[in-house]
Amino acid sequence: MKFLAARRRSPIVASALLIGALAVVGGGYAALGAVQPAEATIAVGAETQVEKGKQLYLEGCSSCHGLEAQGTKNGPTLIGVGAAAVHFQVATGRMPLAAPGAQAPAKENIYSDADIAAMSAYVASLAPGPAIPTAEQIDYADADVAFGGELFRINCAQCHQAAGQGGALTQGKYAPSLMEATPQEIYEAMLTGPQNMPVFSDAQLPTEDKQAIIAYIRGLDNAPSMGGLNLGRFGPVTEGVFLALAIFAALIAAAVWIGIKSR
Amino acid sequence: MTTTSPIEKAGGATATYVDERVGSNKFLSRNLGKVFPDHWSFMLGEIALYSFIVVMLTGVFLTLWFKPSMAEVVYDGSYVPLKGILMSEAYDSALNISFDVRGGLLLRQMHHWSALIFIAAMAVHMFRVFFTGAFRKPREFNWLIGVGLTTFGLLAGFSGYSLPDDLLSGTGLQIARGIVQAVPVVGTWAAFLLFDGEFPGTEFISRLYGVHILLIPGLILALVTIHLMLVWTQKHTQFPGPGRTNDNVVGYPLLPVYMAKAGGFFFIVFGIIALVAGLVTINPIWIFGPYMPDQVSAGSQPDWYIGFLDGALRVMPNWETILFGWTISWNVFIPALVVPGIIFTVLGLYPFIEAWVTGDKREHNLLDRPRNAPTRTAFGMMAITFYMLLWVGGANDIIAVAFDLSINSIIWFLRVALIVVPPIVFVITRRTCLGLQRKDREKLLHGYESGRVLRLPHGEFIEVHQPLNEKELAVITAKHDYVPLPAPDKADADGVRNKHYRVQMLRHRLSEFFYGVNVPKPTAAEIEAGQHHAEEQAAIEAPLHEYEDSDVIFNAHGGVLHHPGMAKTNAEQVEGVDQRH
Repeated sequence: MKFLAARRRSPIVASALLIGALAVVGGGYAALGAVQPAEATIAVGAETQVEKGKQLYLEGCSSCHGLEAQGTKNGPTLIGVGAAAVHFQVATGRMPLAAPGAQAPAKENIYSDADIAAMSAYVASLAPGPAIPTAEQIDYADADVAFGGELFRINCAQCHQAAGQGGALTQGKYAPSLMEATPQEIYEAMLTGPQNMPVFSDAQLPTEDKQAIIAYIRGLDNAPSMGGLNLGRFGPVTEGVFLALAIFAALIAAAVWIGIKSR
Repeated sequence: MTTTSPIEKAGGATATYVDERVGSNKFLSRNLGKVFPDHWSFMLGEIALYSFIVVMLTGVFLTLWFKPSMAEVVYDGSYVPLKGILMSEAYDSALNISFDVRGGLLLRQMHHWSALIFIAAMAVHMFRVFFTGAFRKPREFNWLIGVGLTTFGLLAGFSGYSLPDDLLSGTGLQIARGIVQAVPVVGTWAAFLLFDGEFPGTEFISRLYGVHILLIPGLILALVTIHLMLVWTQKHTQFPGPGRTNDNVVGYPLLPVYMAKAGGFFFIVFGIIALVAGLVTINPIWIFGPYMPDQVSAGSQPDWYIGFLDGALRVMPNWETILFGWTISWNVFIPALVVPGIIFTVLGLYPFIEAWVTGDKREHNLLDRPRNAPTRTAFGMMAITFYMLLWVGGANDIIAVAFDLSINSIIWFLRVALIVVPPIVFVITRRTCLGLQRKDREKLLHGYESGRVLRLPHGEFIEVHQPLNEKELAVITAKHDYVPLPAPDKADADGVRNKHYRVQMLRHRLSEFFYGVNVPKPTAAEIEAGQHHAEEQAAIEAPLHEYEDSDVIFNAHGGVLHHPGMAKTNAEQVEGVDQRH
């Protein structure tokens, strides 16, 4: 102790203690935080899954949607929205919301598939609602693409644009581009009507119709651009910008070149 | 004796043969040597002409396959995502051109791209003519013809855009019909007359087809011919330069120089259009789908030249009046009919308005530099700003999505900006022009700054200014200082009241506004004085020393302070340095 006692008043002690304390607290926090995912993988049985989902809900969602999912003035009730809505909102990163705004933007999803399943199970346990579509429901291999296109133009194009590139709504809201969406997400969006989108229930668009629409959207995304560079498929605006910035630049450069040669 | 080669002999024989029958030699010898001035901006009109030729050639190809019919068919072509869909024959045949006719898509894209280029080139050509004052006497009629060509260009483009009967075409036609209906009193009847009944009806595509391939191209061809004939007989304007006056044309003869240049430029334009059409999609009608009146796509936009109209419609507040049970749609009537009406009327009448305001009745074959007509240049920039802001309005939804903005904010921004920004641009442009005029005056007076800095023996630093070269001198001195019209008298010397006082006063005020800001060109005497300014300045300085030339004077340390032949004044010193360089 003599060693410590002798150096107790040394000028570096305060700094050393502070660094040490920070290292213990920070390191401990990091270590404990790292343990959590290991715990999360131990989901067993539906009861446990709902329990875990509730826990995740209380941590991540309840501040806006309320402790009983009853809704607050910051967020709607989740009673009856169903597992499909939870999966769509969380898997696309729209929920939890990073900041209030005109609309929840899609961003990186922070939850594991098991976590999302648990939260979906919890919300589904509150009241019946649209379930997550099965693999069979979203299998669009045999769907009628052309019919899907017609349905798309009737039901979707007025907001999402004919090429599915998205479009503007009022007051900063928007219909997002569909190019990144998975078949499951498209199906769930039609089923649950997220953000400003209306619901297209099975009574309006039966499963085959939804599959046809998915097939058409995926086709738009995957089809080669027949006419060459597609300019983002935004229509005449980007064509006009290309005309001004590329074509006219080239034509005027040619005119200047011919003009210069005469001097 | 020179011997003629067999080729020359054959050529001569052919020329004689043709001449004896059509009398062409006299015409050719008179015209082949015709001189054209050279400047890159004189070729903008050529771009319009050449792209119009491409439009016509590719258009003829398209007519071989396109079926202008609204009869309904079931698609059975090779584009799978539309197979089995009910559509009009027009859309069906446009799809066939795109997918099942060899080279069809390339030609369709060439047709569309060159149409966009045609109208854009006319617009840019018009800017050049406007800002250089080339529309002044005697070329007012050619300006009017140009405005007519631009208008027919817009109609040609819009009718072509509407023909394939895809979702965008139909949406555009729906809006066009709405605009016709907004005409007070006769709107509804006019719309029924045009569409032969309710929208979309069964007749409109075939009616539009005749207009698109026959009527409008015929009118454009006729106007282009007159336009070029007038350029030919009136001779082309030229920018000021050495040896260029209002009464001559300095340039190269048509044959061989201009023939080669123009021919070469045609192939460059053709090549660029073909290249772009081969590499870049335009109007992918298969993505939009067939037009159905119950469908519409987000982001439906017209081609660029109609964008200003669409923008005006989008920005307009939703005003309507119900008068004696009749609805007057100000929300459509003002943006879609009044605004373009004003734009095109002012555009067409501008040469006459300016001539009236300025009282300028001289012939102008020498172009203005834009800075030397500050009010005109500022007015043009103001109009262009207004027009471009309307473009932004037309693209408001695309801009909202691309830049994460609220479409409502964009609309409100534009409602304010359309009124506030153009006048600001007017002021800035006029000030900029005056600044440039001042710079020109400065150059005439003192020459240009050579960048060479001298230190004079007594410590002063001066930058050596050098006189302008012949070309620059000619360009700057060509400026003409106009005088505003004098203020009218209320009554003449005998006390008779001036009946036209009010009109003359207005004219006087406008002409003061037009010519009131000007930096006068220095007079010859001022220039003369200015050129010697630097030397005089130096000479006025105290002499370097007051010793006799013959003396050699040593300073206290044994250095030479003065010797015979040493420069006595700053002026001599400067000259000495100049000679060394």
